[in-house]
Amino acid sequence: MIDFITNNSDAIIQKTWEHFYISAISLLLGIIVAVPLGVILTKTPRIAKIVLSITSILQTLPSLAILAMMIPFVGIGKVPAIIALFIYTLLPILNNTYIGLNNVNRDLKAAGISMGMTRVQSIFMVELPLAIPVIMSGIRLSAVYVISWATLASYIGAGGLGDFIFNGLNLYQPDFIIGGAILVTLLALLAEFILAKIERLATPKGLKIER
Amino acid sequence: MLKMEHVSKIYKGGKKAVDDMNIEIERGEFVAFIGTSGSGKTTALRMINRMIEPTKGTITVDGQDLSKKNPVSLRRSIGYVIQQIGLMPHMTIRENITLVPRLLKWSKEKKDQTAEKLIELVNLPQNYLDLYPVQLSGGQQQRIGVLRALAANQDLILMDEPFGALDPITRDTLQDLIKDLQQRLGKTVIFVTHDMDEAIKLADRICIMHNGKVIQFDTPDNILSHPANDFVREFIGSHRLIQEKPSAKIVDDVMITPVTISLEKSIDDAIRTMVKKRVDTLFVVDGQNHLKGLIDVEGLTAARHKTNSVSDAMEKEIFYVKNGTKLQDSVRRILKRNLKNIPVVDDEHRLLGLVTRANIVDIVYDTIWGDEDESQSNQQQEQ
Repeated sequence: MIDFITNNSDAIIQKTWEHFYISAISLLLGIIVAVPLGVILTKTPRIAKIVLSITSILQTLPSLAILAMMIPFVGIGKVPAIIALFIYTLLPILNNTYIGLNNVNRDLKAAGISMGMTRVQSIFMVELPLAIPVIMSGIRLSAVYVISWATLASYIGAGGLGDFIFNGLNLYQPDFIIGGAILVTLLALLAEFILAKIERLATPKGLKIER
Repeated sequence: MLKMEHVSKIYKGGKKAVDDMNIEIERGEFVAFIGTSGSGKTTALRMINRMIEPTKGTITVDGQDLSKKNPVSLRRSIGYVIQQIGLMPHMTIRENITLVPRLLKWSKEKKDQTAEKLIELVNLPQNYLDLYPVQLSGGQQQRIGVLRALAANQDLILMDEPFGALDPITRDTLQDLIKDLQQRLGKTVIFVTHDMDEAIKLADRICIMHNGKVIQFDTPDNILSHPANDFVREFIGSHRLIQEKPSAKIVDDVMITPVTISLEKSIDDAIRTMVKKRVDTLFVVDGQNHLKGLIDVEGLTAARHKTNSVSDAMEKEIFYVKNGTKLQDSVRRILKRNLKNIPVVDDEHRLLGLVTRANIVDIVYDTIWGDEDESQSNQQQEQ
């Protein structure tokens, strides 16, 4: 194992970085699309049902299949990998945004409106701040998923820590397999840790105070 | 000020929540909408700030048709206190109080001033402004809920069963508070409740509703003495009808002169006055006879080592009644709070007199034997 690290230190740093940014970009795209979409869906419950079922169907497709299906359309490399992973991040974030906003106490929403808030003000002043903990837990879940699935992206030439694992499999090198797996796990734990910190910061103070 | 003409709300399927409602409310009036659940009282209230749109009829405020106004700016101009308190948990008390001013884009200084000025009205300390709702008790939260409805200087305030979720003692305190605020600030208040005691205590006029229709809209006294029909009679309850009959006595009739002491006197003076006058409680007044607090023998003993001035030792938060209050109400308050006595003040908060537990005896006498006396004398006349 020590040999694996010393012999491949440059590659480790490079692959970890690749792995990180493939995951980060997919997650970021997921957040940019899914949070606003979730907000809009809460205003149109009927469409919400349809959209949420479509995204959960997408979720059930095997990730390897999605990655493979990307090849005819966008070829191989990082772009198809990011697109495929992005699709995977959608559901947890969308779902949690939708649930988080819907679970905001109706009396509070009504209070806001009856004080004279517009719909948009209600979303930004009441609904989103109160839904942040739920939305953030969706993002954390997505982050962990996306980091572990990004391993498979190596299969379509996107690089990342998956390269170690696939090389290890091809060359019968257990060191590479285990080393790669451990690095992916560490990356996922680190992401979880950082996002938990961000969640803590983003949650309004009034929601954190105990009685 | 507010006029509802032929207002109806008919839901799909033909259910009439409010049926041809016609009322007119004067500026500065305190009106209670009362009825059982499903009577349409809340629907009627919510049509005033257009949270619910009327199916038929017009509502005007100062002659302006509400349906022609922008609902958002309309709501910002009408104070609203809701049932479930409804403070925003993620905002500080300051932010909660100044929510409507924030929507109206007031400057920060103006918002801060408003918050600081308002929180004094409900006897809460300034440092509460930076706490969060969860750190306050239910009663304190609802005080803030009331302030929120006043912050943008709204003339008309709607209250939808605001004290329903509070315990009886807290509710009583808050009732006193909003009645006092309403009179002091000259607000027009429309108040939804299902509690007849609350309505009688607070309202200048009560609007009794049943199945969407207004059954009777009149002053509490008129409703109690001349209920419009059997429904009203049943609704207000026979015990209240009888109770209100014998004594229309007000506190001014029975109050005694209290023993007072002025603010700047020393504790020693206070003790000497108590001994001389044979009382255990002194009311503290300033030079113009404004009631400032009270000091009793227990308070004196506790404060004796800490201070020698009456103004430091006195109890500042005391209960009082205004002159003109019905004796029954003040006695009810004495009993509810287990007070020894209750001072009577005028509109300028000057001390006028004192109602004591001895007056309870009068009430009990009136209630139990008052009728009998009459009937006995009637019998004698017949003989």
